[in-house]
Formats: sequence, structure tokens, C-alpha cells
Amino acid sequence: QGKFTLLRDTRTDGSFLVHHFLSFYLRAGCKVCFLALLQSFSHYNIVAQKLGVSLTAARERGQLVFLEGLKSCLDLLFGEEKEEEQSGQPSPLQFMSEGASNLKALFDFVQTSLNPTSDGSWQGPVLLVDDLSVLLSLGAAPVAVLDFIHYCRVTVCSQLKGNIVVLVHSNEDSEDEENELVVNSLCHHSDLILWAEGLATGFCKDVHGEIKIIKRASLELMAEQDHVQIYQYKIQDKNVTF
Amino acid sequence: LVFTEEDKYGLYSNLLFKYFLAEGVVCGHGLFVASAKEHPDNILKQLPAPLLDDNYRNELGEEATSAKSKDFQDSMKIAWRYQNLPKMEASPTSTKFGHYYDVSKTMSPELFQSVKWHSFYLPEELSSQPKMKSCNMNSAYTRLLQSIQRIIYQEGFDGSDPQKKQRNILRIGIQSLGSMLWGDDICSSETPEDIHSLTKFLYVLRGLLRKSLSACIITLPAHLIQNKAIMERVTNLSDTVVGLESFIGSERETNPLYRDYHGLVHVHQIPRLNSLICDVSDTKDLAFRLKRKLFTIERLHLPPDLSDTVSRASKQDLAESAKLLSSGCGAMAIGKKHLDF
Repeated sequence: QGKFTLLRDTRTDGSFLVHHFLSFYLRAGCKVCFLALLQSFSHYNIVAQKLGVSLTAARERGQLVFLEGLKSCLDLLFGEEKEEEQSGQPSPLQFMSEGASNLKALFDFVQTSLNPTSDGSWQGPVLLVDDLSVLLSLGAAPVAVLDFIHYCRVTVCSQLKGNIVVLVHSNEDSEDEENELVVNSLCHHSDLILWAEGLATGFCKDVHGEIKIIKRASLELMAEQDHVQIYQYKIQDKNVTF
Repeated sequence: LVFTEEDKYGLYSNLLFKYFLAEGVVCGHGLFVASAKEHPDNILKQLPAPLLDDNYRNELGEEATSAKSKDFQDSMKIAWRYQNLPKMEASPTSTKFGHYYDVSKTMSPELFQSVKWHSFYLPEELSSQPKMKSCNMNSAYTRLLQSIQRIIYQEGFDGSDPQKKQRNILRIGIQSLGSMLWGDDICSSETPEDIHSLTKFLYVLRGLLRKSLSACIITLPAHLIQNKAIMERVTNLSDTVVGLESFIGSERETNPLYRDYHGLVHVHQIPRLNSLICDVSDTKDLAFRLKRKLFTIERLHLPPDLSDTVSRASKQDLAESAKLLSSGCGAMAIGKKHLDF
């Protein structure tokens, strides 16, 4: 409980981990708030069905709160004036339209969706973000992104004893300094890092990549070594083999 | 969202761009052409003519079109790719993904009488006011997005009109995005004024494409962009990224290894939609060549090896997106396999 997990991918796509965590937490009966910034709902739904979980059912019974970034962005930019007044609350992606450089609206959305409600009898809350690097592309400053994560950690991990899983992209010799800044900072703050990398030797048909699992022994005691495990994996249609 | 990194002189990427649009015409899809450089009317006049009497094709495009529109889903893919539409086509009995085109001839005007097409030519559009809420994005991009959204909504590509029985696909082609002509200075300076304009534009475009029945190809002069971080973000935001590297003017032109080819194709990313994995082909070395009539993309092979080149077989995932974007590459004359484009 209260763990912050960072999913990081380099030269390959780590989104299979996101799918895994999504179905894992839903099966465990947790209340999940999923910020899907890069793909549409049906994409996740189809993959989740292959993994044995139905997202539509979860959404209907209130277990899953899904923010579809693409759709919400469209509503924000092309929506009618009156629709906004009716809904009452500002759009979570409001930072895009105004010069507002904080992601407070997004955080409010997360907070309201994960607050324990009277009817919920779910296990701990979980926040899942796919993926954080997109926020930088959309105009948020790196500091704002880090603030957002910090607020989420305080709320979700400490107060509500939930978990957070965040996906970021990174490259080793990346020129995207802002992204690297965010990623490095998150690495230091996370309890568990799952790092999916393409193979260093190049492209191989059978092995899609290797995944490094770094478990921080303790965030306070710097002397202890982090526990590192490396696995190679291959993604198939319905699961991943190691 | 098909993202094509232009080659240095823009020759070949234009060709691919035209193939994409030509396929749209032949299949009866709706077209939307945007450019800041060349008037879309001119672009459309230069589309290559389809080969209708190809030996390898038994049927015309109608079957392919009907097959596509039947098993179509609402979520559209954005494919950025050069070559994404590769498809092996040796036997005429397999499903036809695309058509073949003859680059030396232009498409006759009767063919696109029946096709609804819309254009966006930036110098003409600058006079109108953007009605969209601005989000600190470049005004040219804002207008383009607004125009696309309007077309999608009006023509019912997003399923908003329940009475429209026949659902069609909109093919969007945007030429030379990010260049100076769009008012964006990412190509000219390392610290541009608004570094997020292009990425925001792509994000909103992605949203529009996901929500409606459309596919889009964008060409971008990647070699001009100084700030590499932008290219990384752009790659993350698109479904497929293909880079074309032509040999013109580089030392590779005289390299005997590349004697037969005009350039290389780099597939940087392929779409990974609706499934855990994407299909990765066996080979990553692909080259293209432009003959008098045909444009082909083949697996790069060394000259001493005189056996026929083998084209990439497309597998299911690529096939899914290829369905929407296929336009044919020229057929090689003698029974070699074709790569659909």
C-alpha cells in the first residue's frame, strides 16, 4: 500500500505494462482512476478483454474512472459554450487552453474520483497514468508536472493509502531535457521502477526487450543497495512471457 | 496518423503523399488536402493515374472499398508511415488492399468527380478569423484544426448524423507541416518561440482522428527541425512514423551497395492499436526506388544477390491500418511481389 511505481520505457513501448496493471488492479477489486492521455477508450477496452477484464463493466459499476484525454481535449476546444456551463466543473485538461501552467484542474479530477464514497466498498484506490510525457508535449512545464505528481502522491499514497503507477518515456541520449528532468526526478521518488528497454544488441524477433525491475530498498536509508532484477520478455497477443 | 519525415528535397515524400490521396480517390473516400506551399488543386491534378488494366488485379476498387467500410470500427488510427502499407501481393486471389499507380500519368479528372474533396490552402485561409478557442497554438494550426473538425462534423464522419447510412472514410493529407510556411519557426531556430504548437496540434488531431472515421498522412521536413526534442515528442504522439532518406546529393549515391535504389526507408514506429503487441516485420532494411512508371519499396539487398527482391508481408496489425491507407505502389513487371503503399 502507498506505493509509487514508475514504468519507464526506452526504445520500445512499455504500454503492455500499463495494460497489465490496469487489469491487475481491477481484478483485485481496487478503485482505479485511469488517466488515458494517449489512446482512446476502445483501445484499452479491447486489450483488457484479451486479458480477461471488461472495462465497460468496471466503468459502469463505478470501479473505474476513466479520463480519455483525447476526447476531453476535443470537448474543451470545440465544445459549445453552453455545455461547459451546464457541467459546472472545469475540464481536467484546462491547462491547455489557458496560459495556466498548473495542472490543478487535473489534480482536482483525480482527487474527486478517488475520494472514498459511501457506496464504494472497493479496496485501496489506484491512480494510473498513461503517459506522463504527453503532458510536457501539451505545454505543461516540467515543474508543473512534478507538482501534480507530488500532490497526487500526498493524496493517494499517504492519505488514502493507495498506489500510483505512472508511465513515462525516456531515451538515453535524449535531447528532450524537460522529459529527462521529470523522469529522473520521478525515479528518485519511486518505490518500484519497471524499466522496459529494447535490447542493446538490436532487433530480435523472439525477444521484444528486457525489463529491469528496480526495487528501492528504502527511501530513507541510502546505504542499502537497490534490488535489481532483469528479465527478458516477449509480448504475445494475450500475455507476456518472460 | 501517418508521419512521414521528408527527405531532403521533398521529392519522394510528395510522391507518397500523392499515392495516399490517389488511393482515396479510387476508393471513393472523402479527401481533405491541406498545404501551405502548393495549392491543393494543383496537388490533386498531379495525382498518379491508377493502373486499371494490371495483370495482377482482377477486380477494380469497388470490392476493396466495400470490404473496408463493412468491417470498420469507430476508432480510427492515425498512421504515420511511409511504408506502412506494405502488403504482399503476388496472387490475385488474396484481398486487395490497394491499387497500383502509374506515376508517369496523371489521374483523369473524371475520376474525382464523384469524390468529395475539401482543401485548405493556407494563404487563402489567413483572412478568416478562427472561431475556435485558442490554446496558445499557432494560428495557422488553429485554423487547420478548425477546418478539419468542421468537415468531419458536417460530413458526418464522426457518426454524429444517425441518418447517414453509408459511412465513408476521410483521408486527410497535410503537406510540409512545421515548415516556415505554416508560421512555425521550429525549422529555423533552436529555441523556437512556441515549442508546443506542433505537438499540441498533433494531439488534437489525434483526438479528432480517433473520434471519427479518418486517417491522416502528414509530411514533415524533419531534417530542418533544429530541436530534436520536438521530434521525439512527435514520434510519441503518432501511430506510425516512417522516414525517407533519399540518396540525392549524399555520398551514398555513388555507393555500389545502393546502386539500384534511390533511397532508404526507415520505419521508426508502427501502430500498436487494440492489441498488446505490434507486428514487427522481419527486416528493417528497406529501400525505395522510383522508376519511370513505378515507385516501389523493397527489402534492401546487396547487389551480388541477384534473386528477386522480396517484399514485406504485412501481418494482421499492419493490415488493419493498411486497410485504411492503402494506395498501391507500382507493380514490378515480372512477377515480383508488390508492396502496397
